[in-house]
Amino acid sequence: MFEAIAFYLFAFLTITMFFITVTTSQALYALTALAAGMIFISAFFFILGADFLGAVQIIVYTGAVMALYAFGMMFFDTTREVKEKQGNKYIIIGLSTLAAILVVVIFATPMVSENIVALYPAIEGVGNTQEVGLVLFTKYLVPFEVAAIMLLVAMVAGIVLAGKKMDLSITLMNDEDLEKEKNKKVLS
Amino acid sequence: MDTAYLIETIIKVVVILLIFSALAGIGTYFERKVLAFMQRRLGPMYVGPYGLLQVAADGVKLFTKEDIIPTNVVALIFKIAPVITAATAFMAAAAIPFFPEFTVFGYTVHPIVADLNIGILYILGVMAVGLYGPLLGGMASANKFALLSAARTAAVFISYEVVSGLSILAPIMMVGSLSLIDFNEYQAGGISDWIIWSQPLAFILFWIAAFAETGRTPFHLIANDHEIIDGFGTEYSGMRWGLFFIGEYANMFFISFVIPLIFLGGFGDGTIFGALGLLGKVAFFFFFFLWTRAAWPDVRPDQLMWLCWKVLMPLAVINVVITGLVMMF
Repeated sequence: MFEAIAFYLFAFLTITMFFITVTTSQALYALTALAAGMIFISAFFFILGADFLGAVQIIVYTGAVMALYAFGMMFFDTTREVKEKQGNKYIIIGLSTLAAILVVVIFATPMVSENIVALYPAIEGVGNTQEVGLVLFTKYLVPFEVAAIMLLVAMVAGIVLAGKKMDLSITLMNDEDLEKEKNKKVLS
Repeated sequence: MDTAYLIETIIKVVVILLIFSALAGIGTYFERKVLAFMQRRLGPMYVGPYGLLQVAADGVKLFTKEDIIPTNVVALIFKIAPVITAATAFMAAAAIPFFPEFTVFGYTVHPIVADLNIGILYILGVMAVGLYGPLLGGMASANKFALLSAARTAAVFISYEVVSGLSILAPIMMVGSLSLIDFNEYQAGGISDWIIWSQPLAFILFWIAAFAETGRTPFHLIANDHEIIDGFGTEYSGMRWGLFFIGEYANMFFISFVIPLIFLGGFGDGTIFGALGLLGKVAFFFFFFLWTRAAWPDVRPDQLMWLCWKVLMPLAVINVVITGLVMMF
Protein backbone atom coordinates (compact mmCIF):
# COMPACT_ATOMS: atom_id res chain seq x y z
CA MET A 1 0.00 0.00 0.00
CA PHE A 2 2.82 2.37 0.89
CA GLU A 3 4.42 1.76 -2.48
CA ALA A 4 1.20 2.62 -4.28
CA ILE A 5 0.77 5.83 -2.25
CA ALA A 6 4.40 6.79 -2.84
CA PHE A 7 4.15 6.04 -6.56
CA TYR A 8 1.04 8.13 -7.16
CA LEU A 9 2.33 10.95 -4.97
CA PHE A 10 5.63 11.20 -6.81
CA ALA A 11 4.03 10.65 -10.22
CA PHE A 12 1.74 13.60 -9.54
CA LEU A 13 4.59 15.74 -8.20
CA THR A 14 6.93 14.93 -11.09
CA ILE A 15 4.33 15.69 -13.75
CA THR A 16 3.32 18.93 -12.01
CA MET A 17 6.95 20.04 -11.78
CA PHE A 18 7.71 19.39 -15.44
CA PHE A 19 4.43 21.06 -16.41
CA ILE A 20 5.53 24.17 -14.53
CA THR A 21 8.94 23.97 -16.19
CA VAL A 22 7.37 24.09 -19.63
CA THR A 23 4.61 26.60 -19.05
CA THR A 24 6.04 29.28 -16.80
CA SER A 25 7.64 32.41 -18.19
CA GLN A 26 9.71 33.03 -15.06
CA ALA A 27 13.21 31.60 -15.54
CA LEU A 28 13.77 30.91 -11.85
CA TYR A 29 10.49 29.00 -11.52
CA ALA A 30 11.31 26.93 -14.59
CA LEU A 31 14.79 25.99 -13.34
CA THR A 32 13.66 25.21 -9.82
CA ALA A 33 10.76 23.09 -11.04
CA LEU A 34 13.15 21.26 -13.36
CA ALA A 35 15.54 20.51 -10.48
CA ALA A 36 12.68 19.40 -8.23
CA GLY A 37 11.24 17.17 -10.96
CA MET A 38 14.60 15.54 -11.58
CA ILE A 39 14.99 14.83 -7.86
CA PHE A 40 11.44 13.48 -7.56
CA ILE A 41 12.17 11.02 -10.38
CA SER A 42 14.77 9.39 -8.11
CA ALA A 43 11.86 8.32 -5.89
CA PHE A 44 10.74 5.85 -8.60
CA PHE A 45 14.15 4.22 -8.55
CA PHE A 46 13.96 3.90 -4.77
CA ILE A 47 10.44 2.43 -4.97
CA LEU A 48 11.68 -0.16 -7.49
CA GLY A 49 14.58 -1.10 -5.21
CA ALA A 50 17.26 0.40 -7.45
CA ASP A 51 18.86 2.46 -4.69
CA PHE A 52 22.11 3.02 -6.54
CA LEU A 53 20.46 4.51 -9.61
CA GLY A 54 18.26 6.66 -7.38
CA ALA A 55 21.22 8.19 -5.59
CA VAL A 56 23.08 8.67 -8.86
CA GLN A 57 19.99 10.39 -10.31
CA ILE A 58 20.05 12.87 -7.41
CA ILE A 59 23.79 13.53 -7.63
CA VAL A 60 24.03 13.85 -11.40
CA TYR A 61 20.97 16.00 -11.95
CA THR A 62 21.54 18.39 -9.04
CA GLY A 63 24.93 19.13 -10.59
CA ALA A 64 23.59 19.37 -14.13
CA VAL A 65 20.71 21.69 -13.25
CA MET A 66 23.09 23.76 -11.12
CA ALA A 67 25.08 24.43 -14.31
CA LEU A 68 21.82 25.50 -16.00
CA TYR A 69 21.25 27.95 -13.15
CA ALA A 70 24.67 29.42 -13.84
CA PHE A 71 23.63 30.03 -17.46
CA GLY A 72 20.28 31.42 -16.33
CA MET A 73 22.18 33.81 -14.10
CA MET A 74 24.30 35.00 -17.01
CA PHE A 75 21.55 35.37 -19.62
CA PHE A 76 18.52 36.66 -17.70
CA ASP A 77 17.60 38.91 -14.87
CA THR A 78 16.05 35.96 -13.08
CA THR A 79 13.82 38.10 -10.90
CA ARG A 80 11.88 39.36 -13.95
CA GLU A 81 9.57 37.48 -16.25
CA VAL A 82 10.87 36.61 -19.70
CA LYS A 83 8.85 38.04 -22.60
CA GLU A 84 8.21 35.08 -24.85
CA LYS A 85 7.56 35.22 -28.54
CA GLN A 86 4.21 33.49 -28.98
CA GLY A 87 3.85 31.55 -32.19
CA ASN A 88 0.76 29.74 -33.38
CA LYS A 89 -0.67 28.19 -30.23
CA TYR A 90 -2.65 25.51 -32.02
CA ILE A 91 0.40 24.14 -33.81
CA ILE A 92 2.37 23.98 -30.54
CA ILE A 93 -0.41 22.24 -28.63
CA GLY A 94 -1.16 19.85 -31.49
CA LEU A 95 2.45 18.84 -32.03
CA SER A 96 3.18 18.35 -28.34
CA THR A 97 0.05 16.23 -27.86
CA LEU A 98 1.02 14.14 -30.86
CA ALA A 99 4.55 13.66 -29.56
CA ALA A 100 3.29 12.67 -26.12
CA ILE A 101 0.88 10.10 -27.56
CA LEU A 102 3.65 8.68 -29.77
CA VAL A 103 5.99 8.23 -26.81
CA VAL A 104 3.28 6.49 -24.79
CA VAL A 105 2.48 4.17 -27.72
CA ILE A 106 6.16 3.35 -28.30
CA PHE A 107 6.63 2.29 -24.69
CA ALA A 108 3.21 0.72 -24.17
CA THR A 109 3.01 -1.62 -27.19
CA PRO A 110 5.75 -4.06 -26.09
CA MET A 111 4.17 -4.16 -22.64
CA VAL A 112 0.70 -4.87 -24.00
CA SER A 113 1.93 -7.63 -26.28
CA GLU A 114 4.02 -9.01 -23.39
CA ASN A 115 7.18 -9.02 -25.43
CA ILE A 116 9.41 -7.74 -22.64
CA VAL A 117 11.67 -10.31 -21.02
CA ALA A 118 14.36 -9.51 -18.48
CA LEU A 119 17.54 -10.51 -20.31
CA TYR A 120 19.61 -10.10 -17.20
CA PRO A 121 17.35 -10.94 -14.27
CA ALA A 122 18.36 -9.68 -10.83
CA ILE A 123 20.71 -12.10 -9.09
CA GLU A 124 19.68 -13.12 -5.59
CA GLY A 125 21.96 -11.96 -2.80
CA VAL A 126 23.99 -9.56 -4.93
CA GLY A 127 23.93 -5.90 -3.95
CA ASN A 128 22.41 -3.22 -6.10
CA THR A 129 25.69 -1.51 -6.94
CA GLN A 130 27.37 -4.79 -7.90
CA GLU A 131 24.50 -5.68 -10.25
CA VAL A 132 24.81 -2.38 -12.09
CA GLY A 133 28.54 -3.01 -12.38
CA LEU A 134 28.04 -6.55 -13.68
CA VAL A 135 25.73 -5.45 -16.51
CA LEU A 136 27.80 -2.36 -17.27
CA PHE A 137 31.05 -4.26 -17.71
CA THR A 138 29.70 -7.27 -19.62
CA LYS A 139 26.65 -6.65 -21.79
CA TYR A 140 26.97 -2.87 -22.10
CA LEU A 141 30.77 -2.55 -22.09
CA VAL A 142 31.01 -1.08 -25.60
CA PRO A 143 28.34 1.64 -25.15
CA PHE A 144 29.91 2.43 -21.79
CA GLU A 145 33.36 2.93 -23.31
CA VAL A 146 31.97 4.87 -26.27
CA ALA A 147 30.19 7.20 -23.83
CA ALA A 148 33.48 7.62 -21.98
CA ILE A 149 35.28 8.57 -25.21
CA MET A 150 32.52 11.05 -26.08
CA LEU A 151 32.89 12.69 -22.70
CA LEU A 152 36.66 12.83 -23.16
CA VAL A 153 36.21 14.51 -26.55
CA ALA A 154 33.79 17.02 -25.02
CA MET A 155 36.25 17.71 -22.20
CA VAL A 156 39.18 18.28 -24.56
CA ALA A 157 37.03 20.55 -26.72
CA GLY A 158 35.90 22.48 -23.66
CA ILE A 159 39.47 22.97 -22.50
CA VAL A 160 40.59 24.11 -25.94
CA LEU A 161 37.71 26.58 -26.25
CA ALA A 162 37.95 28.03 -22.75
CA GLY A 163 41.64 27.50 -22.19
CA LYS A 164 43.12 30.78 -23.39
CA LYS A 165 45.68 32.03 -20.89
CA MET A 166 45.41 28.83 -18.90
CA ASP A 167 49.12 28.97 -18.10
CA LEU A 168 48.63 32.27 -16.28
CA SER A 169 47.47 32.15 -12.69
CA ILE A 170 46.40 35.34 -10.95
CA THR A 171 47.03 33.52 -7.71
CA LEU A 172 50.68 32.82 -8.39
CA MET A 173 51.52 36.12 -10.12
CA ASN A 174 53.28 38.89 -8.26
CA ASP A 175 51.98 42.43 -8.49
CA GLU A 176 54.35 43.68 -11.22
CA ASP A 177 53.45 40.91 -13.61
CA LEU A 178 49.79 41.51 -12.83
CA GLU A 179 50.16 45.19 -13.82
CA LYS A 180 51.95 44.21 -17.04
CA GLU A 181 49.21 41.74 -17.86
CA LYS A 182 46.56 44.39 -17.28
CA ASN A 183 48.27 46.87 -19.63
CA LYS A 184 48.57 44.38 -22.47
CA LYS A 185 46.25 44.77 -25.40
CA VAL A 186 43.26 42.51 -25.19
CA LEU A 187 43.84 41.47 -28.81
CA SER A 188 46.39 38.76 -29.62
CA MET B 1 5.49 -3.29 6.66
CA ASP B 2 4.49 -3.79 10.26
CA THR B 3 3.31 -1.13 12.65
CA ALA B 4 6.16 -1.54 15.14
CA TYR B 5 8.71 -0.71 12.45
CA LEU B 6 6.70 2.32 11.39
CA ILE B 7 6.40 3.65 14.93
CA GLU B 8 10.08 3.01 15.60
CA THR B 9 11.09 4.92 12.47
CA ILE B 10 8.86 7.86 13.34
CA ILE B 11 10.30 8.01 16.85
CA LYS B 12 13.86 7.91 15.48
CA VAL B 13 13.12 10.69 13.01
CA VAL B 14 11.59 12.91 15.69
CA VAL B 15 14.47 12.28 18.11
CA ILE B 16 17.10 13.11 15.48
CA LEU B 17 15.21 16.25 14.43
CA LEU B 18 14.88 17.49 18.02
CA ILE B 19 18.45 16.69 19.07
CA PHE B 20 20.11 18.20 16.05
CA SER B 21 18.00 21.34 15.83
CA ALA B 22 18.84 21.93 19.49
CA LEU B 23 22.51 21.13 18.81
CA ALA B 24 22.50 23.57 15.91
CA GLY B 25 21.43 26.29 18.34
CA ILE B 26 24.01 25.31 20.91
CA GLY B 27 26.56 25.06 18.12
CA THR B 28 26.28 28.81 17.57
CA TYR B 29 27.03 29.29 21.28
CA PHE B 30 30.10 27.04 21.05
CA GLU B 31 31.27 28.89 17.99
CA ARG B 32 31.02 32.28 19.65
CA LYS B 33 32.75 31.04 22.80
CA VAL B 34 35.58 29.26 21.00
CA LEU B 35 36.17 32.20 18.68
CA ALA B 36 36.11 34.54 21.66
CA PHE B 37 38.67 32.56 23.65
CA MET B 38 40.96 32.27 20.65
CA GLN B 39 40.75 36.04 20.14
CA ARG B 40 41.18 36.82 23.86
CA ARG B 41 37.62 37.95 24.46
CA LEU B 42 34.93 36.54 26.70
CA GLY B 43 32.15 36.00 24.17
CA PRO B 44 28.53 35.95 25.35
CA MET B 45 28.54 36.50 29.14
CA TYR B 46 25.43 38.40 30.24
CA VAL B 47 22.49 36.12 29.50
CA GLY B 48 22.51 33.34 32.08
CA PRO B 49 25.62 31.72 33.57
CA TYR B 50 28.54 32.11 31.14
CA GLY B 51 26.05 33.34 28.58
CA LEU B 52 24.49 29.89 28.21
CA LEU B 53 20.97 31.27 27.77
CA GLN B 54 22.14 33.40 24.84
CA VAL B 55 20.90 30.59 22.59
CA ALA B 56 17.39 30.90 24.01
CA ALA B 57 17.49 34.68 23.67
CA ASP B 58 18.59 34.41 20.03
CA GLY B 59 15.88 31.84 19.40
CA VAL B 60 13.16 34.07 20.83
CA LYS B 61 14.46 36.97 18.77
CA LEU B 62 14.51 34.98 15.53
CA PHE B 63 11.06 33.51 16.06
CA THR B 64 9.36 36.77 16.94
CA LYS B 65 11.05 39.00 14.37
CA GLU B 66 8.94 40.18 11.47
CA ASP B 67 9.29 38.00 8.39
CA ILE B 68 9.99 40.55 5.67
CA ILE B 69 9.51 39.67 2.00
CA PRO B 70 11.03 42.56 0.02
CA THR B 71 9.13 43.97 -2.98
CA ASN B 72 11.16 42.88 -6.01
CA VAL B 73 11.99 39.33 -4.99
CA VAL B 74 10.55 36.19 -6.57
CA ALA B 75 8.42 35.55 -3.50
CA LEU B 76 7.76 31.82 -3.79
CA ILE B 77 11.38 30.81 -4.41
CA PHE B 78 12.54 33.31 -1.82
CA LYS B 79 10.33 31.62 0.77
CA ILE B 80 11.28 28.05 -0.16
CA ALA B 81 15.08 28.53 -0.26
CA PRO B 82 15.84 28.42 3.50
CA VAL B 83 13.56 25.42 3.92
CA ILE B 84 15.60 23.52 1.32
CA THR B 85 18.84 24.08 3.24
CA ALA B 86 17.39 22.98 6.58
CA ALA B 87 15.33 20.07 5.22
CA THR B 88 18.08 18.49 3.12
CA ALA B 89 20.53 18.71 6.02
CA PHE B 90 18.18 16.56 8.11
CA MET B 91 17.30 14.29 5.19
CA ALA B 92 20.99 13.42 4.85
CA ALA B 93 20.94 12.27 8.49
CA ALA B 94 18.62 9.38 7.55
CA ALA B 95 21.52 7.19 6.43
CA ILE B 96 23.99 8.02 9.22
CA PRO B 97 24.45 5.41 11.99
CA PHE B 98 24.81 7.64 15.04
CA PHE B 99 25.50 4.86 17.54
CA PRO B 100 26.10 1.12 17.63
CA GLU B 101 22.89 -0.83 18.13
CA PHE B 102 21.81 -1.27 21.73
CA THR B 103 19.07 -3.06 23.66
CA VAL B 104 16.44 -1.31 25.77
CA PHE B 105 13.95 -3.48 27.70
CA GLY B 106 14.75 -6.43 25.46
CA TYR B 107 14.15 -4.44 22.27
CA THR B 108 17.11 -3.94 19.96
CA VAL B 109 17.36 -0.40 18.64
CA HIS B 110 19.32 0.42 15.48
CA PRO B 111 20.13 4.12 15.74
CA ILE B 112 19.95 4.65 11.97
CA VAL B 113 16.73 5.67 10.26
CA ALA B 114 17.28 3.73 7.03
CA ASP B 115 20.25 1.43 6.48
CA LEU B 116 20.46 2.02 2.73
CA ASN B 117 23.09 -0.07 1.01
CA ILE B 118 24.23 3.10 -0.76
CA GLY B 119 24.46 5.23 2.38
CA ILE B 120 27.45 7.38 1.43
CA LEU B 121 26.19 8.25 -2.03
CA TYR B 122 22.83 9.21 -0.58
CA ILE B 123 24.38 11.40 2.12
CA LEU B 124 26.71 13.20 -0.31
CA GLY B 125 23.93 13.66 -2.85
CA VAL B 126 21.39 15.07 -0.43
CA MET B 127 23.95 17.30 1.26
CA ALA B 128 24.79 18.65 -2.17
CA VAL B 129 21.12 19.46 -2.78
CA GLY B 130 21.39 21.60 0.36
CA LEU B 131 23.48 24.10 -1.62
CA TYR B 132 20.34 24.88 -3.64
CA GLY B 133 19.24 26.91 -0.60
CA PRO B 134 21.94 29.58 -0.92
CA LEU B 135 21.72 29.44 -4.72
CA LEU B 136 17.95 29.97 -4.88
CA GLY B 137 17.96 32.46 -2.02
CA GLY B 138 20.66 34.44 -3.76
CA MET B 139 19.02 34.39 -7.17
CA ALA B 140 15.51 35.12 -5.92
CA SER B 141 16.37 38.18 -3.85
CA ALA B 142 16.77 41.21 -6.07
CA ASN B 143 20.15 42.13 -4.64
CA LYS B 144 23.53 42.25 -6.33
CA PHE B 145 25.42 40.89 -3.32
CA ALA B 146 23.02 37.98 -3.06
CA LEU B 147 23.45 37.28 -6.78
CA LEU B 148 27.25 37.24 -6.38
CA SER B 149 26.86 34.81 -3.53
CA ALA B 150 24.61 32.59 -5.66
CA ALA B 151 27.20 32.55 -8.44
CA ARG B 152 29.87 31.54 -5.95
CA THR B 153 27.62 28.82 -4.56
CA ALA B 154 27.23 27.32 -8.02
CA ALA B 155 30.99 27.44 -8.58
CA VAL B 156 31.85 25.87 -5.21
CA PHE B 157 29.19 23.23 -5.63
CA ILE B 158 30.20 22.11 -9.10
CA SER B 159 33.89 21.92 -8.25
CA TYR B 160 34.00 20.47 -4.75
CA GLU B 161 31.39 17.82 -5.47
CA VAL B 162 34.04 16.34 -7.76
CA VAL B 163 36.72 16.35 -5.07
CA SER B 164 34.58 14.79 -2.34
CA GLY B 165 33.28 12.13 -4.73
CA LEU B 166 36.71 11.17 -6.09
CA SER B 167 38.45 11.23 -2.71
CA ILE B 168 35.85 8.92 -1.18
CA LEU B 169 36.10 6.51 -4.11
CA ALA B 170 39.39 4.98 -2.88
CA PRO B 171 38.03 3.93 0.56
CA ILE B 172 34.88 2.61 -1.16
CA MET B 173 37.09 0.44 -3.39
CA MET B 174 38.83 -0.97 -0.31
CA VAL B 175 35.65 -1.71 1.63
CA GLY B 176 33.65 -2.86 -1.36
CA SER B 177 30.40 -1.38 -0.08
CA LEU B 178 28.65 1.97 0.11
CA SER B 179 26.94 1.39 3.45
CA LEU B 180 28.36 3.27 6.41
CA ILE B 181 27.70 0.28 8.66
CA ASP B 182 29.93 -1.87 6.42
CA PHE B 183 32.58 0.83 6.65
CA ASN B 184 32.36 0.64 10.41
CA GLU B 185 32.63 -3.15 10.47
CA TYR B 186 35.65 -3.02 8.15
CA GLN B 187 37.47 -0.95 10.77
CA ALA B 188 36.08 -2.66 13.87
CA GLY B 189 39.40 -4.34 14.74
CA GLY B 190 40.87 -1.31 16.50
CA ILE B 191 43.02 1.68 15.73
CA SER B 192 45.39 -0.21 13.42
CA ASP B 193 42.45 -1.08 11.12
CA TRP B 194 41.38 2.52 10.53
CA ILE B 195 41.20 3.51 6.89
CA ILE B 196 43.09 6.73 7.59
CA TRP B 197 46.37 4.76 7.79
CA SER B 198 45.95 3.29 4.32
CA GLN B 199 44.21 6.33 2.78
CA PRO B 200 45.71 9.44 4.42
CA LEU B 201 45.46 11.46 1.20
CA ALA B 202 41.79 10.63 0.68
CA PHE B 203 41.12 11.61 4.30
CA ILE B 204 42.69 15.04 3.90
CA LEU B 205 41.00 15.67 0.55
CA PHE B 206 37.59 14.70 1.90
CA TRP B 207 38.15 16.89 4.93
CA ILE B 208 38.98 19.89 2.75
CA ALA B 209 35.95 19.20 0.57
CA ALA B 210 33.81 19.04 3.73
CA PHE B 211 34.86 22.60 4.54
CA ALA B 212 33.80 23.69 1.07
CA GLU B 213 30.46 21.88 1.14
CA THR B 214 29.47 23.25 4.54
CA GLY B 215 30.76 26.68 3.53
CA ARG B 216 33.06 27.07 6.52
CA THR B 217 35.82 29.54 6.84
CA PRO B 218 38.68 28.96 4.51
CA PHE B 219 35.96 28.60 1.89
CA HIS B 220 33.40 30.89 3.46
CA LEU B 221 33.13 33.05 0.37
CA ILE B 222 29.46 32.10 -0.19
CA ALA B 223 28.49 34.51 2.57
CA ASN B 224 31.63 36.49 3.14
CA ASP B 225 30.73 39.27 5.54
CA HIS B 226 33.56 41.63 4.63
CA GLU B 227 33.01 41.74 0.89
CA ILE B 228 29.43 40.72 0.03
CA ILE B 229 27.61 41.55 3.29
CA ASP B 230 25.82 38.29 4.11
CA GLY B 231 25.59 37.00 0.55
CA PHE B 232 22.39 35.05 0.02
CA GLY B 233 21.19 36.00 3.51
CA THR B 234 21.29 39.76 2.94
CA GLU B 235 17.57 40.14 2.23
CA TYR B 236 16.38 37.62 4.80
CA SER B 237 15.09 38.33 8.26
CA GLY B 238 13.71 36.44 11.22
CA MET B 239 13.28 32.69 11.20
CA ARG B 240 13.90 32.28 7.47
CA TRP B 241 17.42 33.56 8.06
CA GLY B 242 17.59 31.31 11.12
CA LEU B 243 16.73 28.26 9.01
CA PHE B 244 19.84 28.84 6.90
CA PHE B 245 21.81 28.76 10.14
CA ILE B 246 20.15 25.60 11.42
CA GLY B 247 20.91 23.93 8.09
CA GLU B 248 24.54 25.04 8.14
CA TYR B 249 25.20 23.86 11.69
CA ALA B 250 23.28 20.60 11.28
CA ASN B 251 25.37 19.95 8.17
CA MET B 252 28.54 20.60 10.16
CA PHE B 253 27.45 18.06 12.77
CA PHE B 254 26.47 15.45 10.20
CA ILE B 255 29.68 15.78 8.21
CA SER B 256 31.55 15.51 11.53
CA PHE B 257 29.78 12.16 11.97
CA VAL B 258 30.53 11.02 8.42
CA ILE B 259 34.29 11.73 8.48
CA PRO B 260 35.05 9.50 11.53
CA LEU B 261 32.66 6.81 10.27
CA ILE B 262 34.52 6.57 6.98
CA PHE B 263 38.12 7.15 8.00
CA LEU B 264 38.53 6.90 11.77
CA GLY B 265 36.86 3.67 12.80
CA GLY B 266 33.40 5.06 13.62
CA PHE B 267 31.98 3.48 16.74
CA GLY B 268 34.47 0.61 16.60
CA ASP B 269 33.32 -2.75 17.94
CA GLY B 270 29.99 -1.38 19.15
CA THR B 271 30.63 -1.23 22.89
CA ILE B 272 29.79 1.80 24.99
CA PHE B 273 33.42 2.93 24.75
CA GLY B 274 33.22 2.79 20.98
CA ALA B 275 30.10 4.96 21.06
CA LEU B 276 31.76 7.47 23.38
CA GLY B 277 34.82 7.38 21.14
CA LEU B 278 32.66 8.31 18.15
CA LEU B 279 31.18 11.22 20.10
CA GLY B 280 34.72 12.34 20.97
CA LYS B 281 35.77 12.23 17.33
CA VAL B 282 32.66 14.17 16.29
CA ALA B 283 33.41 16.78 18.95
CA PHE B 284 36.96 17.12 17.67
CA PHE B 285 35.89 17.60 14.05
CA PHE B 286 33.24 20.13 15.07
CA PHE B 287 35.81 21.96 17.16
CA PHE B 288 38.21 21.90 14.22
CA PHE B 289 35.62 23.77 12.10
CA LEU B 290 35.57 26.52 14.73
CA TRP B 291 39.34 26.44 15.22
CA THR B 292 39.92 26.96 11.50
CA ARG B 293 37.52 29.86 11.50
CA ALA B 294 39.52 31.56 14.24
CA ALA B 295 42.94 30.78 12.79
CA TRP B 296 42.69 30.98 9.00
CA PRO B 297 41.99 33.82 6.56
CA ASP B 298 39.48 33.30 3.77
CA VAL B 299 40.66 32.39 0.29
CA ARG B 300 39.62 34.29 -2.82
CA PRO B 301 37.20 32.63 -5.26
CA ASP B 302 39.91 32.21 -7.91
CA GLN B 303 42.22 30.64 -5.33
CA LEU B 304 39.43 28.27 -4.38
CA MET B 305 38.97 27.18 -8.01
CA TRP B 306 42.73 26.92 -8.51
CA LEU B 307 43.04 24.73 -5.43
CA CYS B 308 40.20 22.49 -6.50
CA TRP B 309 40.97 21.89 -10.17
CA LYS B 310 44.76 22.11 -10.23
CA VAL B 311 45.70 20.55 -6.88
CA LEU B 312 42.96 18.54 -5.18
CA MET B 313 41.30 16.91 -8.19
CA PRO B 314 44.53 15.57 -9.78
CA LEU B 315 45.65 14.31 -6.37
CA ALA B 316 42.32 12.54 -5.87
CA VAL B 317 42.51 10.91 -9.32
CA ILE B 318 46.11 9.75 -8.71
CA ASN B 319 45.02 8.36 -5.35
CA VAL B 320 42.23 6.35 -6.97
CA VAL B 321 44.58 4.97 -9.65
CA ILE B 322 47.24 3.97 -7.13
CA THR B 323 44.66 2.33 -4.86
CA GLY B 324 43.34 0.37 -7.83
CA LEU B 325 46.84 -0.80 -8.82
CA VAL B 326 47.70 -1.84 -5.27
CA MET B 327 44.43 -3.75 -4.94
CA MET B 328 44.92 -5.48 -8.29
CA PHE B 329 48.43 -6.77 -7.67
